[in-house]
Amino acid sequence: MTNAGDGAPIVRMTGIAKRFGAVEAIRDATLEVAPGEIHALVGENGAGKSTLMRILAGLFPPDSGTVELTGRDVTGWSAAQAIRASVGMVHQHFMLVPLLTITENVILGREPRRGLAIDMARAQREVAEAAERNGFQMNVRACVRDLSVGEQQRVEILKTLVRGARILILDEPTAVLSPPEVQELWRVLRALKATGGTIILITHKLDEVTEISDTITVMRAGRTVARFPTAGASAQSIARAMVGRDVLLSNDAATPAPSPTSQIARAGLDVRHLVVAGERRARAVDDVSFAVARGEILGIAGVEGNGQSALIEAIVGLRRATSGEIMLGDRDITALSVRERDALGLAHIPEDRHRRGLVLDFSVADNLILGRQREYDHRGTLDRARVLADARAAIERAEIRPADPELPARALSGGNQQKIVIARALARETSVLVAAQPTRGVDVGAIEQIHARLRAARDAGTAILLVSADLSEVLALADRVAVMYGGRIVSTMPRSQASEETLGPLMTGAA
Amino acid sequence: MSAKGLPAAMRARVAEALLPPLVALLVSIVAGDLLILAVGQSPGAVYRMMLEGTWGNAYGFGQVLYKTTTLVCTGLAVAVGLRAGLFNIGAEGQLAAGGLGAALVGLALPAGTTALLAVPLCTVAALAGGGIVGYVPGVLRARWGAHEVITTIMLNFIVLALLSWMLSGRLRVPETLHTQAIRSGELPRLATWWAPFHGSAANASLLIVLAAAVATSWYLFHTSRGYELRAVGLQPEAAESGGVSVGNTWIRALTLSGALAGLGGINFVLGYEHYYEEGFATGAGFLGIAVALVGRSNPFGVVLAALFFATLSQGGLAINALVPKQMVDALQGVVILAMAASVPEVRRLLAIGRSAR
Amino acid sequence: MSMVLAFLAQTLRIAVPYLFAAAGGVLAERSGIISLTLEGFMLGGAFSAMLGSYWSGNPWVGVLAGVVGGLVLGLVHAVATIRYKADQVVSGIAINLLAVGLTRYFLKLVFDSSSNSPRVAGFSAGTSTTALVAGLLHNPLIPLGLVALPVVAWLMYRTPFGLRVRAVGEHPEAAATLGVSVARVRYVAVALSGALAALGGTYLSLDQHQFTDGMSAGRGFIALAAIIFGRWDPMRAALACLFFAAAETLQIQLQAMQAIPSQFVQMIPYVLTIVALVGVVGRAIPPAALGRE
Repeated sequence: MTNAGDGAPIVRMTGIAKRFGAVEAIRDATLEVAPGEIHALVGENGAGKSTLMRILAGLFPPDSGTVELTGRDVTGWSAAQAIRASVGMVHQHFMLVPLLTITENVILGREPRRGLAIDMARAQREVAEAAERNGFQMNVRACVRDLSVGEQQRVEILKTLVRGARILILDEPTAVLSPPEVQELWRVLRALKATGGTIILITHKLDEVTEISDTITVMRAGRTVARFPTAGASAQSIARAMVGRDVLLSNDAATPAPSPTSQIARAGLDVRHLVVAGERRARAVDDVSFAVARGEILGIAGVEGNGQSALIEAIVGLRRATSGEIMLGDRDITALSVRERDALGLAHIPEDRHRRGLVLDFSVADNLILGRQREYDHRGTLDRARVLADARAAIERAEIRPADPELPARALSGGNQQKIVIARALARETSVLVAAQPTRGVDVGAIEQIHARLRAARDAGTAILLVSADLSEVLALADRVAVMYGGRIVSTMPRSQASEETLGPLMTGAA
Repeated sequence: MSAKGLPAAMRARVAEALLPPLVALLVSIVAGDLLILAVGQSPGAVYRMMLEGTWGNAYGFGQVLYKTTTLVCTGLAVAVGLRAGLFNIGAEGQLAAGGLGAALVGLALPAGTTALLAVPLCTVAALAGGGIVGYVPGVLRARWGAHEVITTIMLNFIVLALLSWMLSGRLRVPETLHTQAIRSGELPRLATWWAPFHGSAANASLLIVLAAAVATSWYLFHTSRGYELRAVGLQPEAAESGGVSVGNTWIRALTLSGALAGLGGINFVLGYEHYYEEGFATGAGFLGIAVALVGRSNPFGVVLAALFFATLSQGGLAINALVPKQMVDALQGVVILAMAASVPEVRRLLAIGRSAR
Repeated sequence: MSMVLAFLAQTLRIAVPYLFAAAGGVLAERSGIISLTLEGFMLGGAFSAMLGSYWSGNPWVGVLAGVVGGLVLGLVHAVATIRYKADQVVSGIAINLLAVGLTRYFLKLVFDSSSNSPRVAGFSAGTSTTALVAGLLHNPLIPLGLVALPVVAWLMYRTPFGLRVRAVGEHPEAAATLGVSVARVRYVAVALSGALAALGGTYLSLDQHQFTDGMSAGRGFIALAAIIFGRWDPMRAALACLFFAAAETLQIQLQAMQAIPSQFVQMIPYVLTIVALVGVVGRAIPPAALGRE
């Protein structure tokens, strides 16, 4: 039996790989966590952090690799086994049943009984005692859906603690917390550490990492790329490991000079004091203002989950803004429908092409006319010949392969599918193009082609709002760069001042 | 995906479309065998008799055509709904409403009105009757999010009760459950053109219904509204991103669906008995679901599937001497269940096969 | 006084099948599985019960047979929807058609009739007022039916199984992360729904001492309407069942007076369900995971 006190890791995961269908979530990940430490697992969205931890928590097995707990091989174990082995996970999207009470949520699966029934009195007593022991203030009879987000998270943590969790995994726990709630969470985690518990914290926020963790493991694109103690690590170095591609050695502590949003004579898109509600918070977009001029690309950099989706949907017309205005040229489009905005020259490249961008079972040609299908009506019928002709032209201009307009979109690669979406967006004269994650999941060759098309559109006079979590893409395309964090634009600067060093900390809240 | 992967992709799609009905057919043959053996008969002999009694003689085939006509309508109705991502279980009520609509107009018109005027008017009334009943759940879903599965089932009962009440007044011929004969709008039996069909109920409404199937196919695949309907059914979020109003599309789809089911009413009312009778097509609405599923929501497939189920139904009568005709009722349930279970399973197995390569 | 008694007695007798079916349906639906199947379960139970009573001469064997018949049909629905992920609506319709077809088939096969079975041993005692009241005392299925929903309520809100049913129907992932087998909970819930709805059918055939083709006559759908109108809560569903049964009784007794056409009374459960779904008097929101995987 390995004595955990002699420095051997309490959790060791090696050579982990996991794919879901065609998506490789994890390519080669390792993780070593020492007992009694708070270990931060950092990386951008899609780096594979959540998936790795779910494997540890027993939600699904890895395709390859091993998982060891205090030296014991537990690869591929079940959630129930993990719970019994004192591993508890608090998920990013809470696993709470809204209609049930706190007590019921906590006891689910291990209900205390009296005869055939649940001994609810005892359950409530035990849960209340556990809550108090850990310093949680909660009314265990309350219904979960009436709780605040911070309170719900405490219930999630309590769920793991009453099951005797000694290894606690938290997935982006502060994503929805206010600063005082974050401090409260740190108090809980430190208390747990003091009793000898081990904590693995998944986060992309560098200020938290430096504040609370002992060791940091960095993941990028499904691989573990770095591991080092927090002490002595600078925010810059962590950010670079997280978001950078090439390690740029720079000695300047370049502070980005905030520049005023430029108002050029023929303003293309003008957003003023926009507030938009998101899925979980009332102000996912929290008083955002900026302008994009005709013939320029404004790139909004930022890690996903900082309000970008809500911002895009509000600008495009898929979501209603709570307050603020959106101007297209000198026209107020805040209250207009998607179709009306499209008619006025606002085009959109959605961030999720499978959900919003394409009808995968439609042919390439049919996808190219989505949104404009009525224009192809000729005496009651869709003019198939014209649809196909236009499709062939678009396919050629965009170099979509294979070049068959009748193929179902599903049969094309991700890059070519994305080219369909972009070809459609650029098919007409557009005054403003909102491009969200335009090269996500696209192979390198297609990325270049797509970037070339965007530049060409910019040169032709379109105002382009580029929203991308891929920093190198923003740096490659944008004329001006803004950073979005926590629902706000925290900085705007000309491209010349933007770099991974200057933007990384802004994107991760470390600056 | 490389060029090599493309034929594979197409093959997979074809497989996904055709395998489930084949599996369902196989399962129902096995089930049929079991039921036949339970009576001590030989499956081979029974199936042969079934074929002879349906496609083997003109009268039987005529009956098959008659039943097909109604089933094509209810099948199209469910198919159009499914294409829009909606489940119309209300074809029973929509069909009856269409029948009464046709009858009411047929009774209102003066006797001897030329068929060129009367038949279209009665047909429009049938479409309208069913369409109104289809419109209601469409609005309930679009405006209030009330799921159409429940509302269409409930409306079945409501509409049938309402029609029953309407019939119970002066419309009804005493001692019966039907109206008086319509004064105009009758459609001739097919027997008037092909003598071998003599005695069967098959009538000219079949031609109208087949035309409706063609028109539905045209609407779905060759018009912009049909394009929007299919986009909403396949990927509503993408359609919404493209500016399509999902709610209005739902309303349009269910109204059209109801109208198609209502059209089936002309088969009995204009072409067969020439009056409206309570319960004139009981079960055709639910069978329409089976027809749409087996026909993979494609108008052409629906016609074939309708022929299949009509053959099964008529075949039951033909084999009644050997095996209780009720066996057919049981087989209908088996087919639907087998279809429902095999669609996701086939998809799953094909996906495993794809990723193993 | 005796009129009130007669009214109550008749209402309760009419309510029993609804109560049984609603009890089963609430369990299955709260676990996340759509239950259009109640009609088919009821019909299957009615037939099995008749068969059991016929072959043994003992109505209690009939009850057992009815339960078994319901369990079998319930398991078919469960396997199709849980293991094979068949569309739950389609499976429901298929099972209803299957029940109709199989009962008709075996009715013809065993009894050579296309409409009804011969008379079998049952429970009830006639239709006069005193007999109605007496029937309440002599037919054990009546008190069983009356407690079915309260028992399900206790099960759902007070037992571990019930807690898991509710969790699985709202947020199956949350239950899965805690090690609860979502599939197993649903299998049990659906099997129970089959057994309970079948008891409703058992009551019908044993009360009338025979099985008639299609004797469930849409009662399974009225039970579903009661569940929805009762917002998927067992006790509210029970009240809805009693309400619908009372309306039916009223209509029967007013038949002579011809006050309201019977068809409109027939419509009441269905209209009320739509009203509940639209939210005119408070919105009926189904379990969050209903019908989804």
